[in-house]
Amino acid sequence: MKLSYLTDTLSYKALWKADNDQSVQQAYTSDLLSDVMGNAPEDSLLITIQGHKNTVAVASLAGMKGILLCNNRAAPDEMLDAAAREGISVFSTTDDQFSASYKIAKGLGLV
Amino acid sequence: MQHAIPINTYTSPTVVLELIHRLKVKEVMSRRLMTAGISTPLKEIQELMRRESITGVPIVTGKRILGIISMDDIIQALDHGYIHEPAGNRMSANLIILEDDMPVSFAISYFEKHRFRRFPVLNREKELVGMVTSRDITTGLLVAINREVEAIERLQAKNRPLDTELEGTLTYPVIQYDFEKAGLASMEIKKRLKSHGIPSQIIRRAAIAAYELEMNLVVHSSGGEISSRFFPDRVEITARDNGPGITDVDEAMNEGYSTANSWIRSLGFGAGMGLPNTKKISDEFSISSSPGEGTLARAVIWYTKPKEEVS
Repeated sequence: MKLSYLTDTLSYKALWKADNDQSVQQAYTSDLLSDVMGNAPEDSLLITIQGHKNTVAVASLAGMKGILLCNNRAAPDEMLDAAAREGISVFSTTDDQFSASYKIAKGLGLV
Repeated sequence: MQHAIPINTYTSPTVVLELIHRLKVKEVMSRRLMTAGISTPLKEIQELMRRESITGVPIVTGKRILGIISMDDIIQALDHGYIHEPAGNRMSANLIILEDDMPVSFAISYFEKHRFRRFPVLNREKELVGMVTSRDITTGLLVAINREVEAIERLQAKNRPLDTELEGTLTYPVIQYDFEKAGLASMEIKKRLKSHGIPSQIIRRAAIAAYELEMNLVVHSSGGEISSRFFPDRVEITARDNGPGITDVDEAMNEGYSTANSWIRSLGFGAGMGLPNTKKISDEFSISSSPGEGTLARAVIWYTKPKEEVS
């Protein structure tokens, strides 16, 4: 699934988008960053409500490609600046983590 | 006259002079632009300024800048009752611009010469690519100066005699509750391994181990350091702190055991997974601690012995 699926098909908002439209094969839903660190697969999308700079650090170190903030959570400037530095796209949606995970699982062809 | 940026562009120390000449405007400017069009009402721009806490908004068509509306323009508009007029009628079109390739020393002298508090930045194609405030320059310079000092420190470290098998050591101080800089040491370790051409799966494991140990210092210790030693066949990551120490190390190794407070948990940390995660992901792991003294944790990741991914 291309990350542009989030904006083009699901009409989610792109808060910061990396130049090249990256692909992900998997996604991981969690608000516990230590859980993300230990268990999230590489080259995946993080579905979370944790909108702060450390989320970017975790996603980057775990080799993830994008972050989707649910429940319309805001991303502070410093988070977006960090995302731009690390080349990790950040999206936001009014959907909660459950609905977003379902829609993305569909986009990934998993359901 | 009060200086906008307290650096003298002629007589400052050589290191600083070199920096402000070498550093380009594009390296310090803010790239996230808040712009408006000529038909945007000033009222809307006022709201944009309030919402985004900015004091100047470039008026553009496409990527071309036509003018600028500053906080002063808004105050004038409120005073004289034309706040509902479009920006095009009232913008300052007499612009002083910077080019993104100019050295920062130029920008500093612009702030001295002109009364403006911000300058639009154009690229070679005359497209608006950023804005520069004196705050951007101060921040950019601080970052650059930090980098210089780090380089100097590293040079000093290099001159110390090292273990013969060692390929290099990186050491970073970690400060308690400094969530701002948390992850910096791990990022550097990741970069170093990447530059050595280590496979990405191995780098990922080293980065995760380093980050967990680093976060442990941020969350639980009264400060310490993360140090990584790069060998030809492995990387050794050590976290050392000066307290408060762990009462029951065995218990701390259990998933879910944590002494973190609620605001740390609200950030998504402190779930009691750090040490178990680190152990799982490392090829070798050891920890020793005594209350009142400090903790020493060590994780080793071999480049050649691929461990099963944590699932």
